[in-house]
Amino acid sequence: MAESPFKADIERVQKEYSEKMTPGAIARIPGSSVINKTGSWRVFMPEFNRDKCVRCYLCYIYCPEPAIYLDEENYPVFDYDYCKGCGICANECPVDAIVMVRETK
Amino acid sequence: MTEYKPIRKVVSGNYAAAYAAKHARVQVVAAYPITPQTSIIEKIAEFIANGEVENLQYVPVESEHSAMAACIGASATGARAFTATSAQGLALMHEMLHWAAGARLPIVMVDVNRAMAPPWSVWDDQTDSLAQRDTGWMQFYAENNQEVYDGVIMAFKVAETVNVPAMIVESAFILSHTYDVVEMIPQELVDEFLPPRKPLYTLTDFDNPISVGALATPNDYYEFRYKLAKAHEEAVKVIKDVGNEFGEMFGRDYSEMIEKEHIDDADFVFMGMGSLMGTVKEAVELLRKEGYKIGYAKVRWFRPFPKEELREIASKVNGIAVLDRNFSFGQEGILFNEAKGVLYSAKSKPVMKNYIVGLGGRDFTVDDVRKIAEDMKKVIEKGEPDVEVDWYHLKR
Amino acid sequence: MGIPENVKKRLSIPADEYFYAGHTACQGCGASLGLRYVLKAYGKKTIFTIPACCSTIIAGAWPYNTLEANLFHTAFETTGAVMGGIEAALKAMGYKVKGEDGVMVVGWAGDGGTADIGLQALSGFLERGHDAVYIMYDNEAYMNTGIQRSGSTPYGAWTTNTPGGKKHFLEKRHKKKVIDIVIAHEVPYAATASIAFPEDFIRKLKKARKIPGPSFIQLFSPCPTGWRSPTDKSIEIARLAVQTAYFPLFEYENGKYKINMPSTKKEPKPIEEFLKYQGRFKYMMKEDIEILQQWVNHEWEKLKKLAEVFG
Repeated sequence: MAESPFKADIERVQKEYSEKMTPGAIARIPGSSVINKTGSWRVFMPEFNRDKCVRCYLCYIYCPEPAIYLDEENYPVFDYDYCKGCGICANECPVDAIVMVRETK
Repeated sequence: MTEYKPIRKVVSGNYAAAYAAKHARVQVVAAYPITPQTSIIEKIAEFIANGEVENLQYVPVESEHSAMAACIGASATGARAFTATSAQGLALMHEMLHWAAGARLPIVMVDVNRAMAPPWSVWDDQTDSLAQRDTGWMQFYAENNQEVYDGVIMAFKVAETVNVPAMIVESAFILSHTYDVVEMIPQELVDEFLPPRKPLYTLTDFDNPISVGALATPNDYYEFRYKLAKAHEEAVKVIKDVGNEFGEMFGRDYSEMIEKEHIDDADFVFMGMGSLMGTVKEAVELLRKEGYKIGYAKVRWFRPFPKEELREIASKVNGIAVLDRNFSFGQEGILFNEAKGVLYSAKSKPVMKNYIVGLGGRDFTVDDVRKIAEDMKKVIEKGEPDVEVDWYHLKR
Repeated sequence: MGIPENVKKRLSIPADEYFYAGHTACQGCGASLGLRYVLKAYGKKTIFTIPACCSTIIAGAWPYNTLEANLFHTAFETTGAVMGGIEAALKAMGYKVKGEDGVMVVGWAGDGGTADIGLQALSGFLERGHDAVYIMYDNEAYMNTGIQRSGSTPYGAWTTNTPGGKKHFLEKRHKKKVIDIVIAHEVPYAATASIAFPEDFIRKLKKARKIPGPSFIQLFSPCPTGWRSPTDKSIEIARLAVQTAYFPLFEYENGKYKINMPSTKKEPKPIEEFLKYQGRFKYMMKEDIEILQQWVNHEWEKLKKLAEVFG
């Protein structure tokens, strides 16, 4: 499985981040939000059926996080570190390759 | 340094401000018209129309609120920004004054002191600017047109050193529309004194983008306020250095935040701000010839407040007559209030009386100073004021 | 982000990602998706102005930043004015602004900050002709303060300060047509867009980039929290808003109107289709729905006429 594209960003942010308070409240690290693992908000999680997928990318296009990326074979990969479980991907999937299931943690 | 040969021009206080902005090579001017500020902006627009300035963008906004907002946008981007307003316009800007200071943007603004309505008034009164006391802006009160000119140029240097915005305050009509000789500085020497701005941050580093002014939680907000407070403390030193440098280069020394005279042998001093101190200075010299042992203390910088200088003055005199062309309702004259606060911790406390003078442009003359001097003499003899706050002009 | 090169070519929207995960928008937030699209369209050489709105939070509390672009947070009513100042400063400092390779000055403000408190600054910005793009993301109420009505809230919608009760619902005013106010300024380019149609939105953003002067885009972006709608229905609701002609997509360019969607050839879907997933409309009776339908019909007819006469 492909690696989360945000992994490198987290390392970058952790490296650059410090409590340095620049006058004017300047946030100097673009994309530093990746430090917040919003996946913990999730109640329902998208379950992906690779066999049904037609690789239309609608799930990728419509993900508001974004927590969906694409692997080498053009299939979607769900980044559960960030997926809040809104279910838009499942609702928009034209072939029901994604279903939302209650998550058991 | 090139030899300083001043260019003498007979100009109004407003034109002095416009020339100063031009000589400071401001890059963005965003402003909205209000009497008696208008001729500042008209003059700047004229400079552009005549091709006398390069790379100056003039944004004719639809309100003072937007004037300050546009200056904030421009200053955050990295430009040197200037605006001017008065009274109601300044009050409308209030929210954005906080924003400019909080975002640490060294915008310079001229405020033409004008009374707040109602009743409508377009005449001199300091309550408009003093009501902006807690916005985090520095405030410089000019006594004459020369100080308006010098003040604007120095203000950019101070503001850009400590990254705090600065307000240069001049009196409605008494300065804004009254012509006087102003010694202007040749452009190349202004350039030497005031180099191009080196911003704390800009919005134009596209490889290292930033966000400015984001939400700060209770865990962080406090420290950002502290930084602004420290910047004002630092400004006290910077103001003195810049004022001293200005004096060395151009012969007019501004290293004192309170300009004072005859303190060492004065029984009491008059203290006040702005153009009314011109009248006081003249009256003091006259009255001294008549035997009055008096002096004056003209507060140039109201923010940051020159605490140490005031305490030193207080240690040498028996009384201070504080002249306030302003009023804080439910309390007293604002300078009086500030001065008392500063002197609470002073070792020696002179007798103080507050005279509310000249509100809404009421004439304040040499004869008024004489009357106040006579009254103040009695106060000192008695050791305490009859009333603490004297609505001096009141038609009884 | 993580898109193989061979896939990038096949995508209908830019693969580049300058909007990062970990932001704190609600589940199914339309605004965050809209911001993601804007960043895809314009990239890093952009200066955002964001006033008080949900995006203040979405863009990140200090020291975090969701965007990979410069961003100035400003006061509620000042978006247009701050953009004007940024644009003026860029020009004074010798930057190229707008156009294919210029710096993009972008305002990203909610409907409250645009239709209500920021309307004056918007008008000034449009009238002065700054080279910048103002995007109003329209979620039809003050969502960040807890779902209070704005001028852009539609007839019949529940909000916390226009609630529905046992006897009445309080929101009796139709949606303010901000786009019409914008067009009254004779701007070079104005358009409506929807998060359900990202290709259309991004095309409009790119067109706005090329056309000198001020551009305005009103982006329809559902808010599940404020609309009392299921989080997974945000795109579907946005799509239905277009298909019912409640929020038709059109462009106004150099004095000419062009309708993009829905089709002018056939009847739009009935307004009930748009209302069905949204709890905020549950206080509307049949006759109330009819009132809203009449308004939609009237506005749709008006737009079609405009496109016919000034097409």
